[in-house]
Amino acid sequence: MDGNFSRLLKTAAAVLAGAALTIICATGHAQDKPIRIGLVTFLSGPAAGPFGVPAKIAAEAIVDSLNAGKAPAPYNTKGFGGTPLELTIVDEAGGATKQVTELRNLVERQNVDFVIGYISSGDCLAVAPVAEELKTLTILFDCGTPRVFEEASYKYVFRTRAHATMDAVAGALYLLENRPAVKSYAGINQNYAWGQDSWADFSAVMATLKPEATITSSQMPKFGAGQYGPEISALLQANSDVIHSSLWGGDLEAFMLQGTPRGLFNRSQLVLVAGEPYLHRLAGNMPDGTIVGARGPNGVYAQKSALNDWLRQIYKERAEIYPNYPAYSVAMAFLGLKAAYEKARGAGGGAPATDEVIKAFEFLNFDSPSGKVMMKLGKGHQAVTGTAYGTTRTVNGQVTVGNIKYYPLERVQPPEGVKSLDWIKSGMKPGKW
Amino acid sequence: MNQLVAVLIDGLIYSSWLFIIAVGLTLIYGVMKILNIAHGSLYALGAYGAASLAGYWINQGHAPMGSYAVMLVAAILVGLIAGPVIERGLLRFMYGKDEIVLVLVTYAVFLILEDFIKLTWGVDPYFLYQPYSLLGSFDVGDLTYPVYNLVLFGVAVLIGVTLAWVLTKTRRGKMLVAVIHDREMAGAMGINVSLVYFVTFTVGAMLGAVGGALTAPMISVQPGIGAETIVLAFAVVVIGGLGSLPGAALAAVLVGLVRSAAVHYRPELDLFSIYFVMAIVLIVRPRGLFSIQEARKI
Amino acid sequence: MKRDLTVRILIGALIVLLLAGPLLPRWAMFLINVSLCYGLVVLGMMLLMRTGLVSFGHGLYYCLGAYAAGTLDVLFGISDIAVMLLAAIAATGVVSALLGLLLRKYRDIFFAMLSLAFSMILYGLLVKTSALGSSDGFNVAAKTLFGIRIAGTEFERYLIFAITVVTAFVAAICIHKYRGSHRGRLAEAIRDNELRVEYMGASVANTVHINYVMSAVLAGLGGALAAISVGHIDPEMAYWTTSGEFVFVAILAGTGNVLAPFLGAFIFETIRSFAYEYSPNTWQMALGITMLIVIMFLPGGLWSLFTRMRKAA
Repeated sequence: MDGNFSRLLKTAAAVLAGAALTIICATGHAQDKPIRIGLVTFLSGPAAGPFGVPAKIAAEAIVDSLNAGKAPAPYNTKGFGGTPLELTIVDEAGGATKQVTELRNLVERQNVDFVIGYISSGDCLAVAPVAEELKTLTILFDCGTPRVFEEASYKYVFRTRAHATMDAVAGALYLLENRPAVKSYAGINQNYAWGQDSWADFSAVMATLKPEATITSSQMPKFGAGQYGPEISALLQANSDVIHSSLWGGDLEAFMLQGTPRGLFNRSQLVLVAGEPYLHRLAGNMPDGTIVGARGPNGVYAQKSALNDWLRQIYKERAEIYPNYPAYSVAMAFLGLKAAYEKARGAGGGAPATDEVIKAFEFLNFDSPSGKVMMKLGKGHQAVTGTAYGTTRTVNGQVTVGNIKYYPLERVQPPEGVKSLDWIKSGMKPGKW
Repeated sequence: MNQLVAVLIDGLIYSSWLFIIAVGLTLIYGVMKILNIAHGSLYALGAYGAASLAGYWINQGHAPMGSYAVMLVAAILVGLIAGPVIERGLLRFMYGKDEIVLVLVTYAVFLILEDFIKLTWGVDPYFLYQPYSLLGSFDVGDLTYPVYNLVLFGVAVLIGVTLAWVLTKTRRGKMLVAVIHDREMAGAMGINVSLVYFVTFTVGAMLGAVGGALTAPMISVQPGIGAETIVLAFAVVVIGGLGSLPGAALAAVLVGLVRSAAVHYRPELDLFSIYFVMAIVLIVRPRGLFSIQEARKI
Repeated sequence: MKRDLTVRILIGALIVLLLAGPLLPRWAMFLINVSLCYGLVVLGMMLLMRTGLVSFGHGLYYCLGAYAAGTLDVLFGISDIAVMLLAAIAATGVVSALLGLLLRKYRDIFFAMLSLAFSMILYGLLVKTSALGSSDGFNVAAKTLFGIRIAGTEFERYLIFAITVVTAFVAAICIHKYRGSHRGRLAEAIRDNELRVEYMGASVANTVHINYVMSAVLAGLGGALAAISVGHIDPEMAYWTTSGEFVFVAILAGTGNVLAPFLGAFIFETIRSFAYEYSPNTWQMALGITMLIVIMFLPGGLWSLFTRMRKAA
C-alpha cells in the first residue's frame, strides 16, 4: 500500500476513534459524579492580567475551599449540598462568534451542568440566547452592559453583579459631594462600547446634577493604543477641573505613566471608574486624591465580614496579593449559585433539576464577600447591590483608599423597566425596591 | 499656547515612535521581500526583555541611569537570539515561496511567539516606569514634555541616518542594494546572498526589539502589544512604499501628524485616522509614496 | 486523465449532511454549520487567489453581509432568512462592484493592504455607531423562512443548518462550473502572466473585477449565514484578524478544488475547538505549528493530500 494512503487511513482511524470516545464519554452520566461547572474567563490578551486571571485564581480557590467544606456559614456544606464541584476552564479570547461555539461545546461535548463566565459585554450579549436554547443555567459574572436584561428577558441566564450604570452614577455623585464647585470636566475613554457607555452615563449624570459645568474635551483613543501623547496634550490644554476615565488594565497604566511626568494630574482631578484592580501596581504613579471605583463594594471597598476575610485569605494563599474586583465578582457567582442550588435541593433531597434551581435563584437574596446581593432586576435574573467610591492616598509606598463612601442601590440604580440613560436624564429618582 | 504647535510636537514624537517600530520591517521587506508579521513579536520580546532586565537592574539597587544601557543590551540580545533562530531555523527553507505564503509563515511564527511570551512572562503586565521620567522634562508654552520623548526623536533620526549611510556609502551596503535589485544576478556576481539575508534579518529583528525596548518605559508591557503594533508598522511601511527607507520616514511623519491633528481637533476620528491615510495614499499613489518601479515580466 | 468526481462528491456530501444532520450531536452539527459559513468566505478567497490576489480585508464583506442581514430587523422589522440572505447579496454586490473599480488595478501586497484599509474603516464606522451596539454588536434572530415561522420550533437549528448546507452546495457547484469556464480559466492565466492575457485580447481588469465581486458576494453570504447561525454580530467581523484567519484557512486548504475551502474550514474549526479545550493556554501555538507543518510538507495545502492519494492509487 502506498505510504501516503496508509498515513491518511491511520489519521482517519484516529479521528474516528476520538469521535467515538467523545460520544461514549458524553453518554456516561451518573448521579454520584461531581457537579461540573464551566468557567469562561480571559486567559490571554490584555484583559487576562487585570480581570481574567484573578477571576480564575479566585474560582479555583473558591472551588477547593467549598469542596473541603471550609467556607464560612451559610456556605459551609461541602461543594453544592454535599456534591463536590469540578471546574472546566475555557479562554474567553477570540470574540463573540467563537464564544458561542465554545459555549455549545462546553454544554454538549463536555456536559457541564452550569456555566459561570464572561467578562466582555459583547460575549455576554451573544451567549445569552444560546444558553437559553441549550437550557443551561448560565451566570454572567463580570460584564457590565445593562443591555443584557434591558433588551431581552431570559429564563436560564443570570447576572450576579450589578450592571455598569451605577459605576458612572456613583462616580459623579461622589465627585460632586467632594468637589461641588466643579466648573469643567473632560473624559478619556477607550473607543469601544464600555468606554463610550461610561462616558455617556457620566456626562449625562453631570448634565443632570450640575448643568452649569462644561465639557472641555472628550478623548476616545483606540483600545490598546498605548501611546497617549497627543491625548495628554489635548487634556492639558483643556485645563479642566476633572478628568473622567474608564480606562483599565494596561491602557490605564500607560496613561497614568505618561500623564504623571507631564503634570496632567496636578491640573485636573481624576475619576477612575475601574481603577481598583491595578491600585497596588500603580504606587508612585497614582496621584493622591484620585477618585477610584471598583464597580461595586468589591476589593478595597468590601466591608469586613467572615465571608470577606475568607475570600481574602484563600486568594492570598494562591496569589500573594489580595483579591481585586473581578475576584469578588466570581465569588458572587459561585456563592449565588450555591445558595440557589441548596435552596432548591431542600433538606436531604436529591440533586435538583435545573428548573428548580432557576426557581430558587429568581429574586434570591444572598450574602457575598461584597455584602448582600439581591436578584431584583430582569425578572429576578439581574443582581443589584450598592456601590462605593473612595479617594487614593499613598502611604509608605502603598496606594491606599480613604474617605470611602457607600451608596445604597436606590441612589445609583434605575428600577425595573426603566432604561439607564432615561433614568439618569429624568433626574435619577430613587425607585421602589 | 498655540494648539498648532502642540499638534506638531505631539505628531513628531508619535512619528518618531512609528518610524522606530517600522524601520526594521521595511528593511527586511526591502531586502528579502518578506512582510514579517513576527516583527510584532520581536517588538513584544524586546519590550518584555527590557522591562524585566531593567526592572531587575533597578530593583537590585543599581544606578537607575544604567537602566538605559540595560534596556539596549536586552534589545540587542533579543535580536541576536530570535533573529538567527527564526531565519536559520525556519525562513531559509521558505525562500522562493510566494510572498503571501511567506506572510503566513511569519504569521505562524507570530502566533507561536505570542504563546511563548505568555508562557515565559505570564499575563500580568510588566511595568518599567522609572526610565521615562528619569531624564526630567521640558516646557513648551503651557505644555510639559518628558525629555525621554526627545530621546525617542533622537534615536529615530540616528537609526534613519545610520541606515541610509550604510546602504548608500559603504561597500556592504551597496552589495545589499544589489541583492535588493536582483537576487540571482547578485549571487552570480559572487555576493553571498544567504549571508546577506541572515545579517539583514538579524539586524531587522534587533531594530524591532529596540523599538519594543524603547517603548517599554512608556507603556505597560502586556499580552497583545505585538498585535496592536504590527498593524501600525504595516500601515506605515505600505504608505511609504514597501522597502523604502525615506518612504517609511515620510509615512511615519504623515501618519503621526494626522493622528495628532485628529486627537486635537476631532478626537472621535482617531480610531481610523491611520487607515484613512493609508487608503488615500494608496488611491493616489498605488504603490505607496516612494515606490520602486518594477519591470513587467513578459 | 482521471474523470472529475467533484460534482458527484458534492452531491454525495449534500445528501449525507442533510440526512446525518439530525443524528449528529448538536455541537457537531453547529461546528459543521459554522465551518460551512467560513468555507463560503474561503471559497471566495480561493477565487481571488487563483487570480493571484490575496485580500487582507475580506472581513469587510463578511461583516457587511452579516450587518446587511442583521440590520433588516432593526430598521424594517424583517427577519426572514431568505430576505436576509438576499440583502447580504445585494449589499456586498453593490459595494464590491464600486470598490472593485478601484481595487482591480492593484496587485500583490498593495491589493491586500488597500482591502485591509477599507475593512478597517468599516470596523471604525461600526464601532462609532452606538445605535448598533458599538463594539458589542447586537443579537440577530431569524424568525421566519419564506414567511413560515421557525423561531422557537424544534427544527430551528436543523433548518438553519440545512439552509447553510444547501447554500454552500449551490455556491460550490456554481464556482466549480465557473472554474471550468473560459473566464474562470483566465484567472490562472492572469496569475501567471497578465501581459500575455492582454495580448491574447482578454480583459484582465474585467476578469479581476468579476472575480472580486463574486468572491465578495460569497463572503457576504457566509457572513449572513454566520449571523443567522451564531445569532450575534459585532464589528470584530471586519477586524483585520478575522480577514487574516480567512487567508490562513485558504492557504491551509489549498486552491485545488472547490471542496478544499470547506474541508479546510472544518479542520481549522475542529483544531481550534479542541485546542481551546485541551490546551487553553497554548491554542495559538498549536495553530501556528499546524500552519508551519502544512506549509512545509504540503505546499499545495491539505487538498494536495487527496490529489497525491489519487495519483498513487
